[in-house]
Amino acid sequence: MPALVFDIAHLLAGSLVVMSFVQLYQDRLSALINVFAVHALVLALSVAWQAFAQGAPHLYITAAIALVFKAIIIPVALRRIMVRLGIHREIEVVVGVGPAMLLGIGLVALAMVVMLRVTAEADPLAREDLAFALSVVLLGLLMMVTRRNAVSQVIGFMSLENGLVLAATGAKGMPLVVEISVAFSVLIAFIVIGIFLFRIRERFDTVDMQALDKFRGERR
Amino acid sequence: MTIDALGGVLVIPALSACVLAALPGYRLTSGLNVVAALLTLLTALSMFVVEPKSGSYLLVDDLNKVFIVLTTFVAFTTSVFSASYIGHEIEIGRLKPGYVRFYHAMYQLLMFAMNLALVANNIGLMWVAIELATLTTVLMVGIYRTHEALEAAWKYFILGSVGIALALFGTILVYMAARPVTGEGLDAMVWTVLVTQAARFDPALLDVAFVFLLLGYGTKVGLAPLHAWLPDAHAEGPTPISAVLSGLLLNVALYALLRFKMLLALNPAAIAPGPLMAIMGLISCVFAAFMLYRRRDIKRMFAYSSIEHMGIIVFAFGMGGPLANFAGLLHMTMHSLTKSAIFFAVGHIAQVKGTQKIADMGGLTVTHPVLGWGLVLGVIAIAGLPPLGIFMSEFLVVSSTFSHQPWLVLILVFGILVALGGLFLRLNTIAFGEPRGPTAPAEASYVPMFAHLAIVFMAGVYLPPPLVTGFQNVARLLG
Repeated sequence: MPALVFDIAHLLAGSLVVMSFVQLYQDRLSALINVFAVHALVLALSVAWQAFAQGAPHLYITAAIALVFKAIIIPVALRRIMVRLGIHREIEVVVGVGPAMLLGIGLVALAMVVMLRVTAEADPLAREDLAFALSVVLLGLLMMVTRRNAVSQVIGFMSLENGLVLAATGAKGMPLVVEISVAFSVLIAFIVIGIFLFRIRERFDTVDMQALDKFRGERR
Repeated sequence: MTIDALGGVLVIPALSACVLAALPGYRLTSGLNVVAALLTLLTALSMFVVEPKSGSYLLVDDLNKVFIVLTTFVAFTTSVFSASYIGHEIEIGRLKPGYVRFYHAMYQLLMFAMNLALVANNIGLMWVAIELATLTTVLMVGIYRTHEALEAAWKYFILGSVGIALALFGTILVYMAARPVTGEGLDAMVWTVLVTQAARFDPALLDVAFVFLLLGYGTKVGLAPLHAWLPDAHAEGPTPISAVLSGLLLNVALYALLRFKMLLALNPAAIAPGPLMAIMGLISCVFAAFMLYRRRDIKRMFAYSSIEHMGIIVFAFGMGGPLANFAGLLHMTMHSLTKSAIFFAVGHIAQVKGTQKIADMGGLTVTHPVLGWGLVLGVIAIAGLPPLGIFMSEFLVVSSTFSHQPWLVLILVFGILVALGGLFLRLNTIAFGEPRGPTAPAEASYVPMFAHLAIVFMAGVYLPPPLVTGFQNVARLLG
């Protein structure tokens, strides 16, 4: 495989991990949405590059979905929700920025150790891709547990899902990748934007998950 | 292509979902819902007469036949219960008529998704189906649009999504492990191809894949400590959905897990999946048994009881061997039937009492004898007292594993006994003592509940030989 093809794929996948880190320390919602848009853009580039490198034209569809849906439509919609709900204020982070970054570094190290060890025989492109993808997945999970705000939890979930798309496209010749990315987009679009946030706003006047916690069925 | 039974269990719910979404009126749609569920059940049963052929997308074998028949049967009885339940909800104005159309369409869509997950011959397709099932149940849990319902749906959505995301990562890893052996493309995701070549897959990759799959699908099974979504989702959604969640959706996720377990068992160099499952099952069982004691909400209590039983089932399958697998399979069937029967009773009880709080109920056997005694019978069954079916399956789980893991089995028995105590403590308040709350007669459909309980009773006394041989075949298949 030409070294340049590999290097560019490596660069793009690595940038996705870096963008996940950048997401981790954003404490303002509008900035977080911007970073997510960039995250999705990097994913689209990375998938498109994989489509080119593997000679798999159907992956361009996945790249296009990532670009149009995740890098443009979702951020615009989230921004409108944010304005309508009046929540431009700061995000409350459960864990401080320092510990969150340290945890993130630990998770990336874990991903590298696990994936590089078990995929010793796979081809290097897929191998690195998978290691980066697992890092992005774990960082997405970390983001979901360190945020309270419903919108930023959704962003955490979407960046987790970007990691999965990266893994799926990195696995050469995997069928159903396009279908899976469509299924995920439906999941996100349908639930998050359409129904939940508006209803949560309607009923609670807040999208802070801590306020939601008050209504737990168990308490009197 | 002609449509055989496999296609039928998918096409009928999918078509009825479209039709039900378009039709107005509660009476008509709930009737159609029952008819559609009955047709699906009959189609599923026809598999025993004319064996359908497995293709590259759909699959039928002894294992999924059991699951399909159980799923379509409980789906049918639940649709009968649902008709009277939803009628009452509209009467008291808890559910707006506009939502009923949506509810029935979602019900059939859920049936479609679960059947698809069961017949899919492709690990990717199966994942998509389980995602679809999650999506529809999230929407149904939130259908009342109260604070609690929305919080429950939100929690379920977030945890369920994380679960299926992890499961997808595991699925991708399985593909990566299979690719060098089976070649690129569709073959590397097809069950029937995977099982023939699993011995040559990269074991290290399979190990990591199974950990992700166990965590991912384990979340959907409701294994502790990944169970947090389950009690809320059961308590706040409409009761027919609680019955379907407990009785069916947990099984579907378990089915996915079992398929991957079979795959790993075929590779001698991979980790043994059994002990991991057995330990998680044991933790879930004991944990949920203790959680039963402090419940104030009747539906939450039975949700924890579901976690306990899923723990026992996963433990049995984790121990493996023909006998323990047989016991696990029987226990799964018995639990599905009993738990949905209990939810049928609980649904009507909550309606006549106008609350789900245990403290506001009392003396049900006096005020509503049929419902009250139905619940008592259900709890006796679920707690595992003889002579009902769950006693038999629990006894089999214990006796089949006692010889090689006596200490683990002691912990399991401890969990079962703790749960028994918890259940009867609450049952005493609900069913006996001073009558509390409204005493208006119930407009209930008792048939589904007693039909389930009758089967459970029958199974405890006498198992028909064809059923036994069928289950034994599956148990051998599971390894």
